[in-house]
Amino acid sequence: MSDNEINTAAVSATRRRVLQGMAALPAAAAMLPARGNAAGPATATVNTTGLAVTDDTVTVGILHSISGTMAISETGSVEAEKLAISQINEAGGVLGRQIKVIQEDGASDWPTFAEKAKKLLVSDKCAAVFGCWTSASRKAVLPVFEQYNGMLYYPTFYEGLEQSKNVIYTGQEATQQILAGLDWVNRTKGSKTFYLLGSDYIWPRTSNKIARKHIENHLTGCKVVGEDYFPLGHTQFNSVINKMKLVKPDVIYAIIVGGSNVAFYKQLKAAGVDLNKQTLLTISVTEDEILGIGGENIAGAFACMKYFQSLDNPNNKVFVPAFKKMWGEKSVIGDVTQAAYLGPYLWKLTVEKAGSFDIDKIAAASPGIEFKGAPEGYVRIHENHHLWSKTRVGKARTDGQYDVIYETGDLVEPNPFPKGYQ
Amino acid sequence: MTFLNRKDIAAIAILAVLLLAVLPLCLDPFRLNLVGKYLTYGFVALGLVLCWGDAGILSLGQGIFFGLGGYCMAMYLKLEASSPEATKIQSTPGIPDFMDWNQITSLPLFWRPFHSLAFTIVAVPLVPVLLALIIGLAMFKRRVGGTYFAIITQAVAAILTILIIGQQGYTGGVNGITDLRTLNGWDIRPDHAKIVLYFINGGLLIVCVLLAQFVRRSKLGRILVAMRDKEDRVRFSGYDVANFKIFVFCLAAGLAAIGGAMFTLQVGFMSPSFVGIVPSIEMVIFCAVGGRTSIFGAIYGALTVNWARTTFSEGLPQLWLFAMGSLFILVVVVFPDGLAGIYRRYLDPLVDRMLPPVRRRIPVAAVAETPQVSPTFAE
Repeated sequence: MSDNEINTAAVSATRRRVLQGMAALPAAAAMLPARGNAAGPATATVNTTGLAVTDDTVTVGILHSISGTMAISETGSVEAEKLAISQINEAGGVLGRQIKVIQEDGASDWPTFAEKAKKLLVSDKCAAVFGCWTSASRKAVLPVFEQYNGMLYYPTFYEGLEQSKNVIYTGQEATQQILAGLDWVNRTKGSKTFYLLGSDYIWPRTSNKIARKHIENHLTGCKVVGEDYFPLGHTQFNSVINKMKLVKPDVIYAIIVGGSNVAFYKQLKAAGVDLNKQTLLTISVTEDEILGIGGENIAGAFACMKYFQSLDNPNNKVFVPAFKKMWGEKSVIGDVTQAAYLGPYLWKLTVEKAGSFDIDKIAAASPGIEFKGAPEGYVRIHENHHLWSKTRVGKARTDGQYDVIYETGDLVEPNPFPKGYQ
Repeated sequence: MTFLNRKDIAAIAILAVLLLAVLPLCLDPFRLNLVGKYLTYGFVALGLVLCWGDAGILSLGQGIFFGLGGYCMAMYLKLEASSPEATKIQSTPGIPDFMDWNQITSLPLFWRPFHSLAFTIVAVPLVPVLLALIIGLAMFKRRVGGTYFAIITQAVAAILTILIIGQQGYTGGVNGITDLRTLNGWDIRPDHAKIVLYFINGGLLIVCVLLAQFVRRSKLGRILVAMRDKEDRVRFSGYDVANFKIFVFCLAAGLAAIGGAMFTLQVGFMSPSFVGIVPSIEMVIFCAVGGRTSIFGAIYGALTVNWARTTFSEGLPQLWLFAMGSLFILVVVVFPDGLAGIYRRYLDPLVDRMLPPVRRRIPVAAVAETPQVSPTFAE
């Protein structure tokens, strides 16, 4: 479908204008039954800003890396978004319109993300875009979304320090993911000393900064005994493992991302660190990463995030089989994949509440939107465009799944600009 | 303009008409902005024609200079976007946002001069040229060349990337320097600004083409070619080969830097993904597809490859990398001299036949010295 969208951008813009004009006719002629789709309200009323909305379709964009180093992580998000969109279409679409998808490849390359985002907004007039994974790609597209007034649903847990009218953050920001986990490990394990590790870029650094402030200022008698960073793709962790063996921290707090994880956990095991005895808490290893690490290398470690595939609730019991049916029995679902699945649904609910596809109306209607069918359980959009969500701790099993052993009683408030943590 | 023959003038005229009239009239602002982005790689390709095509110095690190030029421009733009009013939610207002996230509380010294636009305009070509000078002095004076030089430029590109990513408090790290807004108070984001920038970019490229052609047609240009083909003979003739190499390497660096700065202005950010090994090799590919011994070929090569990249990735999001790979293999196997090779083989003879014959009134010796120059155009 993207072929003719591209080659005839100018033509389709004209066609769109004609269609919009035609769509306005029946509305003016007061509810003639001749309208293409009787279920939805007239296009002219739900789309006043020239988005790609016709009488029976609405076009959205999916913008993830399906080539390059990030493809392995972002594929799950693409699959979840497509699943959600096909489910919504089967159930009758949004305001009576079927969702059409234009997919673009960000190619793990931040300028490409910016170029494609611009294309989706300017040439394709997408009503919403589901996409991005890394902070760098989000930072690259953010000015584009703000300038051309688009709507981005961003699925990844991230460092916070950002809030935009044009973005809905369906993953957790740093304080949501970190504080509850540290409190839990301190309370149940009595841990006092923490060793912070991370890959060297903005998310691990900001997260560890928040963790350090929380450990030093809010947990009595606790302290950070070490903090180290490694370049992305680093594979030699032996020296830091030796350092940790000397310092003997109660908790290893690891925010290592991507392929480095494989080397880290294998070398940890080879060095004789038994994760059933040494507490290790990570916020960066989902079920997707364990596929690469191997369950036997990480069994016993704790992960703190908002969703695990093994979560026991009615929504998740429907979601997991549906995902496997569409994408294969072997597929696994990590935290981000689930958060990506929320995007199309939250957008649908917001459009229906606003009664319009207009970006400004969606941005204004978003706070307070509730999604009761979320696989993670109930979520709600906060005024700051992040989600209220529960935080959970899982313990890694040898089969690559997590046992959920703790969850916060209430939804945790998102706080992208935490006072006292900066 | 004695350094241009009739065909050069025709080619420059065609390029100018294409860039400054045909494309702006045919494309909407979004596509035109993309072409502007592709053309910034044309600057790099231009430098590579001189450095690699003529002088035979293969540099696999042009991304270094492209990136440095781009970063100089981005630092100026970022400082302008980080006014104390615009950044008042930060712990330290008035510094770029990524510094604030990295607990830096005052603007580092090397950022301070970039408050000045004049300094930035000088620094854009000068900083990369200085680095090229240092690399050139260290390598060519010791007679390091060929493959070793290519490997060392790769190493420098890798080092610079690691440095930028590692020092994220000072450089923006992996994210790069993003969210650039105004150039000396002029908003660079709206469509009309992009169109103005496109024309500045196109104009600059044509000026650089003239400069490159001037170098190639001068005595210096012929020494470069001689050096490529028989370095020892040039050395024994009494020329200091190293100095010529350093000069052309610096020139290529300066051209790449101008491209980088224009890239930052048109795309709105700069990141380490333009500095490293992969983008540097891509830049060599642009040049190779176009034809490494032809200035115009290289520019059309940069345009073609990038255009294909955009088109393939929009049309076949799942398969576009394979399509690009096939394109490269096809060009190298079938047309080793790239687009320029096709032109020379099939079109050039036609052009020769169509052009009226040159009346040679100049003495024979002068003809041998400057072939193809007709008195009509010798002004």
